Amino acid sequence: MGNIWVVGASMTKFGRYPDKDLVDLGTEAGFAALADAGVGMRDMQVMAVGNLGEASLMVGQRIQKHLGQTGIPVYNVSNACATGATAVRSVVTSIKAGEADMGLAIGVEQMGKAGMLGAAGKGRGERTEFEPRGRYGAVMGTEGILGTSMMPGVFAQAGMEYARLNDGVGFEQFAKVAEKNHAHSTLNPLAQYRKQFSLDEVMQAEMISYPNTLLMCCPTGDGAAAIVLCDDARLAKLDPDVARRAVKMSASILTSDPWSETDDVNPDVNTLTRLAADQAYEAAGVGPTDLDLVELHDCFATAELIHYDNLRLCEPGGAGDFIDARKPWRDGTTPVNVSGGLISKGHPLGATGAAGVFEVTTQLRGEAGDRQLEGARVGMAHVIGLGSACCIHILEKRA
Amino acid sequence: MSDTVGADVPVVDYLVLGDGDPHLVATACSDCGALWFGRRSGCGRCGSREFRPQRLATTGTVRTFTIVARAPKGVPAPYVSAVVDLEGGGHVKATVVGVEADPSRIELGMPVRLTTFEAGRDDNGTTAVAFGFEPTS
Repeated sequence: MGNIWVVGASMTKFGRYPDKDLVDLGTEAGFAALADAGVGMRDMQVMAVGNLGEASLMVGQRIQKHLGQTGIPVYNVSNACATGATAVRSVVTSIKAGEADMGLAIGVEQMGKAGMLGAAGKGRGERTEFEPRGRYGAVMGTEGILGTSMMPGVFAQAGMEYARLNDGVGFEQFAKVAEKNHAHSTLNPLAQYRKQFSLDEVMQAEMISYPNTLLMCCPTGDGAAAIVLCDDARLAKLDPDVARRAVKMSASILTSDPWSETDDVNPDVNTLTRLAADQAYEAAGVGPTDLDLVELHDCFATAELIHYDNLRLCEPGGAGDFIDARKPWRDGTTPVNVSGGLISKGHPLGATGAAGVFEVTTQLRGEAGDRQLEGARVGMAHVIGLGSACCIHILEKRA
Repeated sequence: MSDTVGADVPVVDYLVLGDGDPHLVATACSDCGALWFGRRSGCGRCGSREFRPQRLATTGTVRTFTIVARAPKGVPAPYVSAVVDLEGGGHVKATVVGVEADPSRIELGMPVRLTTFEAGRDDNGTTAVAFGFEPTS
């Protein structure tokens, strides 16, 4: 099996684009990634487009009608918050299968000010006659009656479970994660927010779902990211200046949630992440200490902390010490979310996974400007889609 | 009005109000014993298609919790949401009642017991009864 290469990468600034639609955003990112690779749509043999909000509405083909209708296979991908990364992986698998030597992946989302997300986001008292409905025979909306299924609470509960099992983990450790990511985002011109906050400001912000305050929750927003990938033979035919900047994709892993005791009650985001991490390290032939940067799925500060452990970045049970010792800060031993992460860079759902690959690629190319990490050679991009999907990519600077 | 005036219905079908004290009933895999709620077509753990109802204990401990401060319109907040480990097996998500919604009042691992409360009343006068958990001490 040969290598897979990232030869083009782009993202729009994340934010709010009331005057554009997701076709505008996806097309902008797509053209930019193609230009970055010095190629055009006629060089692509496959395209995958990730989006959630209009997942049934052929977003890929709608974008393709602006990029170029060349008749190639287009996959429309939907995999919760792992959507963009799954689109990248769909192109990778097509290349590995020998169906394509080069392809384009785009992740795009336009959310506007969507507010809190959650499957059970209905209020009470909407029905005037109680009739059992659905798989659990519910006679009314159960949010707030049978606990919470809203995202800030689901991930708060995931974090507090880790706190129960591990001494030295609590509100302050979770808040330190957000303090770090807001600080990192001040160096990233593509981030939705670029404001630094003190630990005290993070902890004193409006409580959303304890221990996650407003500044510990990612915002909703709009944006797109795009990645061009190719195989060894195609790389050899590219402009030498493009090939020189190519980044090797040494692992592209996708897992779903294996059965665990509480997964059915509050989604277990740990087991499938651990499974994906182990597979990714095995495929890439690297270990956690080899990583010069990690972009991981910090939809909430509680999530980032538990993923230090799930991705084996810290000692087992040691995620609290890890953040207390500032190891995931950009000047620490394992910089995590130097882009600002979902918490401050933003989280346009379908774009996020592709944007993580963009960030790691840009760092390994040495083209990250003010936020550049000196000498970065190996990086990981991780996302979770609740329900659940975990996608991990490991990238390496070209030797 | 219909003849269901004053009747009680459980808010979800895995809460059983009759048959003794209110309790939860899981859908247990007949082969591997994995516990689920609601109707099942197959067991995600072992692939079996045989299930039996299993009555769950009404006592347990708080495995994890959050205090929801910002809730969707129409849902009173703050409130405590928790995952409870039930004695003898099974886990359930529920609201913790009978305690102030303050992090200093909730302890991880805290013992709790099942209780019921009125969740709402429809236009026919039917009462929806929900379960929650309250501290035992």
